[in-house]
Amino acid sequence: MTQHLIVIGAGMATGRMLETLVENGADYDITLINGEPRGNYNRIMLSPVLSGEKTYAEIVTHDDAWYADNSVTTRFGCFVEAVDRAAKTVTLTTGEVLGYDKLVFGTGSNPFMIPLPGHDLDGVIAYRDLEDTEKMMGLGPDHKCVVIGGGLLGLEAAAGMAARGVDVTVVHIMGHLMERQLDEAAGYLLRKALVDKGITVKCAANSKEILGEDGHVRALLLDDGTELPCDLLVMAVGIRPNVKLAQDAGLAVGKGIHVDDQMLTSDADVLAVGECVEHDGAIFGLVAPLYDQAKVAAKTLMGQTDAFVQKELSTKLKVTGCDLFSAGDFADGDGREDIVFRDPARGVYRRLVLQNNVVIGAVMYGDTADSNWFFGLIRDKTDIADMRDTLIFGPAYQGGTPLDPLAAVAALPRDAEICGCNGICKGQIEDAIAAGASDLGAIKATTKASASCGTCTGLVEQVLAVTLGDDFVVPAAASMCGCTDMTHEDVRRMIKSRRLTSMPAVWQECGWKTPDGCHSCRPALNFYLLADWPLEYQDDPQSRFINERKHANIQKDGTYSVVPRMWGGITTPKELRAIADAADKYMVPTVKVTGGQRIDLLGVRGEDLPAIWKDLNDAGMVSGYAYSKGLRTVKTCVGTDHCRFGTQDSTGLGIKLEQTLHGAWTPHKLKLAVSGCPRNCAEATCKDIGVVCVDSGYQISIGGAAGMDVKETELLCQVATEDDAILVIKAVTQLYRENAKYLDRIYKWMAKVGLDWIKERVEADRDALVERFELSQTIYRHDPWADHVAKQTERYQPLANLSLEAAE
Amino acid sequence: MTDWIDIAALDDVPARGARMVKTALGCVAVFRTADDQVFALDNACPHKAGPLAEGIVHGTSVTCPLHNWVISLETGEAQGADEGRVATYPARVDGGRILLDRTFLQARPTSGAAA
Ligand SMILES: Cc1cc2nc3c(=O)[nH]c(=O)nc-3n(C[C@H](O)[C@H](O)[C@H](O)COP(=O)(O)OP(=O)(O)OC[C@H]3O[C@@H](n4cnc5c(N)ncnc54)[C@H](O)[C@@H]3O)c2cc1C
Ligand code: SF4
Ligand code: SF4
Ligand code: FES
Repeated sequence: MTQHLIVIGAGMATGRMLETLVENGADYDITLINGEPRGNYNRIMLSPVLSGEKTYAEIVTHDDAWYADNSVTTRFGCFVEAVDRAAKTVTLTTGEVLGYDKLVFGTGSNPFMIPLPGHDLDGVIAYRDLEDTEKMMGLGPDHKCVVIGGGLLGLEAAAGMAARGVDVTVVHIMGHLMERQLDEAAGYLLRKALVDKGITVKCAANSKEILGEDGHVRALLLDDGTELPCDLLVMAVGIRPNVKLAQDAGLAVGKGIHVDDQMLTSDADVLAVGECVEHDGAIFGLVAPLYDQAKVAAKTLMGQTDAFVQKELSTKLKVTGCDLFSAGDFADGDGREDIVFRDPARGVYRRLVLQNNVVIGAVMYGDTADSNWFFGLIRDKTDIADMRDTLIFGPAYQGGTPLDPLAAVAALPRDAEICGCNGICKGQIEDAIAAGASDLGAIKATTKASASCGTCTGLVEQVLAVTLGDDFVVPAAASMCGCTDMTHEDVRRMIKSRRLTSMPAVWQECGWKTPDGCHSCRPALNFYLLADWPLEYQDDPQSRFINERKHANIQKDGTYSVVPRMWGGITTPKELRAIADAADKYMVPTVKVTGGQRIDLLGVRGEDLPAIWKDLNDAGMVSGYAYSKGLRTVKTCVGTDHCRFGTQDSTGLGIKLEQTLHGAWTPHKLKLAVSGCPRNCAEATCKDIGVVCVDSGYQISIGGAAGMDVKETELLCQVATEDDAILVIKAVTQLYRENAKYLDRIYKWMAKVGLDWIKERVEADRDALVERFELSQTIYRHDPWADHVAKQTERYQPLANLSLEAAE
Repeated sequence: MTDWIDIAALDDVPARGARMVKTALGCVAVFRTADDQVFALDNACPHKAGPLAEGIVHGTSVTCPLHNWVISLETGEAQGADEGRVATYPARVDGGRILLDRTFLQARPTSGAAA
């Protein structure tokens, strides 16, 4: 006798299962029940429907005629409310009760809605079905929409609406888009492409509350206080297997409905397929494995044996103009290696992850033509030992040419500024070359590019090489490190002229050969980015040397030294007492007076740092930045306060300077001194910046050194007032921050750009430099000790203590 | 047999960073890479026992904070011209938690003696 099969849910998985049953002439009476008021359609094509590239009619996979032809009874627009496994019946929301011999769950999943205040307002939707899609399609060009979630689904929703002219903002909690599939560099390229489509992208943004008006959504409020007005809010933050019905029916359920390799649940007459299942600990969110499950379930129903096996998965984003592919594993395994290829000219990024000569993961952006070939290598576990060197170039390039080191410069648009001093763009240099200039000298003479500070020389030479081809050979210059062919100077110019405001942006646009740099380029990039984009760029502690990450100097035995600020070298009995108490309390082995007129507590344990800082903070002291590539100390003499020779208040000026420069990061450490008269008791003329007071004002000199090299400062200028002295010093500090190579002290930088150039700039741009310095200081002039004490003391403690545990 | 113990949440260790775990036999550094792999190594550089947990993490390597030796997180081997090796221990992430293997941690030689 023909058995009765009931299928709950007309989704992508059950659709494929029904096809297989029908094709094989399986002997079942089938009833298909679907909550959505329609039959099976291709859910993944909702995105092209949203963007207008397809219509709903085109994505229907099974129409009424198909169900009729194949004797499938349908109940659409009603849900199964309960399953009685003992009686073998299901009850529908219409009240109808149907008996089954075999039952299949294909209930899919439910979109996860973050329970933010206001999530139940009208106009807050998910992106799952045709109804959601139609709501989005109802928005017009004069509407605003916010999408929470920068994953596959959220971005497809955003791009689809943007294509309809809607003003879309994507809010993503992580630092880069699609972080589950993409690494930062590919995430950066994707973001760039979306921004080009007019979409606003906010990463690392936390949603706090959905604001409404008359029961309808009005805006999304972020926890930094930003309000994003919107007419519709789409949440696309993930899905949860829809297991409620199965759970109520008493089936074994974990994250999803438990199934075995034959897709049988804990009840032998009940199967489950699709996103609602959990197989061997895994749940599913892409159709490829669901189709495999569907076939296996059909076989099981027909009494044949087959087994579902989990396979490698790949993802593509269905957004026109964003070619993106990701497959395989980035998350675990030993002995892995990366091969990275970047072609800044074409906006291409490729990364392969290898393990034991097998490709286990691939990310591609910009050019995904070869994605199937790479996916094949992953799936078939092909041994790639023989093609390793050229693998990354794809199947066509076996034996191809290595990456062109000039690609980054070739990719620059004509209006990219190459010479910052004289405002010369790439186009002007190209024009000069076309007009006959064929070497650096001729370019300097005709355009003035690289004729001033000279730090753009490398880039000018590369423009020559790109334009003239073999006729110009770039003189070899030391690259920043093994990660790139570009020099520090080249990279700095690129950061400015291409407005690169994040590390992944630099890695991509400057053709980095490693996934995330090394100990030598990362600290440099971190400095360049924060110096050039103080507002846009967020300081990255993980790219800092330990001293700057933990705000203390590491010693050879792994302990730290702690130096509180003493503004201008002035202290008080109260501060001294607090220092003495701290030294006792934390059993500091050595207390030393430093060359910069500070007190150094040496030998503090890492775990005690937050506590000792707190004690010093409580006594009014802040971090002395004695560990930083930044302002260290301003040494002073007692000047007119006490000294009979003093001409000006050198101590007062020193304190003011230290307070205003405090917290500023510089290419290398920055030490200042102010002496009250030319007797120079504060040794100002061997500092990075020194001030010697005279009767008529203040002599400011720069470029001294008293370390490995010993050098006397050279006079920058003399000014009449204390205020002017402070302004000049801020300006020259900013000029140094904006132009010098990381780890060049002022004297080294001065040897490269020349004192005359520095004089000229400080004179001509003083106010603008000071303004930029002050802007940066609004962010960086603070006490990191207090910050860390308030926010991250736990980072200083061990992650766990197993010393008792392991002894058992 | 592996005997995994739950150490902490993955997010307790910054990406491209490390934290230290104390054991009766010395300190183990637990690293997290940019793509959320975790590794456990003795927290003592083969050169002069520098605290590797305080180094800069890049790719699947860490640079020692004391004299810039680069150590592979996968093998514990010093890279480039430097020679030396530090002990590594099984570590993995499961459901956002970092797990270490108790049996291995107990079997380890006292810190530094491995060098
Ligand atoms: C916009 C969008 C784009 C996507 N793009 C891709 C992509 O590019 N590639 C990819 O691989 N995947 C993509 N996916 C994911 C893919 O669509 C899903 O993995 C797939 O649809 C899941 O199939 P399913 O059969 O398990 O569930 P579904 O297709 O969700 O079907 C489940 C059905 O069951 C019904 N149902 C639930 N409970 C009951 C009940 N009690 N009674 C009756 N009926 C019930 C529901 O109404 C629903 O119609 C996308 C998803 C969306 C929403
Ligand atoms: S530098 Fe001049 S003013 Fe300052 S202490 Fe020395 S002698 Fe006095
Ligand atoms: S002079 Fe040399 S040994 Fe002395 S503190 Fe400076 S770096 Fe260390
Ligand atoms: S101790 Fe690690 S490099 Fe010297």
